[in-house]
Amino acid sequence: MADLGIIVSLVIIFGGLVALFVRSIQAREVDRRIIFLFIFIAVAAPILFPFTFSETATEVVKGVFDKIESLPEGSKVLISFDFDPAMAPEVQPMANAISRHSLEKGHKIIFMSLWATGQALLTHSLANYILPGFPEKQDGIDYVNIGYKAGNEGVLNVIITDFRKMFPTDVNSVLLDSIEVFNGVNSAKDVDLVIAIGGGKPGPKEWVLFIGDPGNIPIGFGVAAVVAPQLYPYYPAQVIGILGGVKGAAEYESELQKTHPRFRDMDTPGLRMMGPQTLAHVVILSFIVIGNVVFFRSRRREKKA
Amino acid sequence: MKRTTYIMMAVVFGLFVLSWIYKGISLQSNNDHYILDGFLVTFSAFLTLAVLSFLYTDNPFYKFAEHLFVGVSAAFWMCLGFWTTIVQNLIPRLSEGVSGFFKVPYLPGPYNFFFFIPVILGIMLLMRLSPKGGWISRWPLAWIIGTTAGLNFIRYLRSDFIKQISSTFVPLLGGGQHEWQGIGHFFSNFDLSASGQFVALVANWVIFLGVFCGLVYFFFSKEHTGTFGRASRVGIWILMITFGASFGYTVMGRISLLVGRITFLFRDWLGLVS
Repeated sequence: MADLGIIVSLVIIFGGLVALFVRSIQAREVDRRIIFLFIFIAVAAPILFPFTFSETATEVVKGVFDKIESLPEGSKVLISFDFDPAMAPEVQPMANAISRHSLEKGHKIIFMSLWATGQALLTHSLANYILPGFPEKQDGIDYVNIGYKAGNEGVLNVIITDFRKMFPTDVNSVLLDSIEVFNGVNSAKDVDLVIAIGGGKPGPKEWVLFIGDPGNIPIGFGVAAVVAPQLYPYYPAQVIGILGGVKGAAEYESELQKTHPRFRDMDTPGLRMMGPQTLAHVVILSFIVIGNVVFFRSRRREKKA
Repeated sequence: MKRTTYIMMAVVFGLFVLSWIYKGISLQSNNDHYILDGFLVTFSAFLTLAVLSFLYTDNPFYKFAEHLFVGVSAAFWMCLGFWTTIVQNLIPRLSEGVSGFFKVPYLPGPYNFFFFIPVILGIMLLMRLSPKGGWISRWPLAWIIGTTAGLNFIRYLRSDFIKQISSTFVPLLGGGQHEWQGIGHFFSNFDLSASGQFVALVANWVIFLGVFCGLVYFFFSKEHTGTFGRASRVGIWILMITFGASFGYTVMGRISLLVGRITFLFRDWLGLVS
């Protein structure tokens, strides 16, 4: 049924594209709303009739994966949710996958956020996506949510020397001194790995500038696609790896399923999103080709005239 | 307002109520708060469609969603800032009684006047709301800008300037795990995989030539002719490829957001997919 649905959708989309091409060749106007409609169909069809691709993790994604894999059990991993609901469809899958992976490896996780909206998303993710798969993990012993603090780079500038100055308690108003995860952790320099997930400001870049480089702390990124090209120059000297956009999330989920049988049946939103991504990209590429063909034809016609 | 606008609003309101009833009934079996949850899902769907309706044309529903978003965002950030910073960080360090009132653990310690400085600066910042005392808010604003500029200057100089320049000095004949051991060794171990020596060498040459030619393009003290002009031409190609990659990633990001919204509409609102 799904295959039939996607075949019918493809016929409709590419039939429509041919019709648009003919219309453009005839130098007739194409309303911009027609283009929006095509993108909508290209995204909606693979959601209604899902199809997925197999993904192989690239070196830059494997950098993060291998680091979490190689850290000894009980290592301290700090994961920062620096995003809002608008960015969530893109970076939430990688946040969930990395958190699950770290819990599976027995690391102690400190969750925090530099965005006010990140705290609510973090609490929601922990309760609905991450912790249901790990009923044995306990708050304060295996993980802790210290939430959000206002101050952007100022927060990072403080926690590089002292966590407790900026975060005296966790989100439940429990003193950090009485939380097991924080045993031996005085500053960000005492964590073994930092994963910054986001794409705005403050975000992954600020983590490198204020934590990674001054403290010589290994940092991995999970970033929105829009900012990924600006952050790749930090790899590999300043960050251990980058998950760029939903493609990075899909690669990470794929690697997680290959290496950990426990996650074979887990929800993989990153991999699911690659179907709509692929079809939408093909449609956009088609529009670029149509636009260029029509442009060069009209220019040649003008020259002849 | 035009008569058609009233009709349109009445239709949207009717559809909203119908959707609320439908969602409430569908959630009734496994949810105690089905009336509230039905309303929230319907309202979220309404806001999503209101924002997307801008693609057709500007309209009152889009305006409503836009204004609501800005207002709710500002209120949300302010409330969370108050509860997480003033209540959790400041009050426990100032007063045991007030800490008890807000149910946060008191942090006993020596009296420190410096805790009051951010309070004073914060109040000064709020003076912007006063018609006559608005100028007072410029002082804390100057403090914020000065501190941020000072902090960022050092960090950017180290991470974005010095470290980025040192990252550009790459071994052109291989280094690290790809140490050059002669042409014979190179060809006998020729490997086209991403982790192989050939790809590492090509990557290093691309970085070297890309940076060099990119800098040549921005060097305007010499006319871009001859060899210099050709290097500049390569530089502009490198820049164009970079912009193309950025555009591709931006498209991917925007499509992901659209996937998120359409998935919400199809799964949570209409129940078309599981």
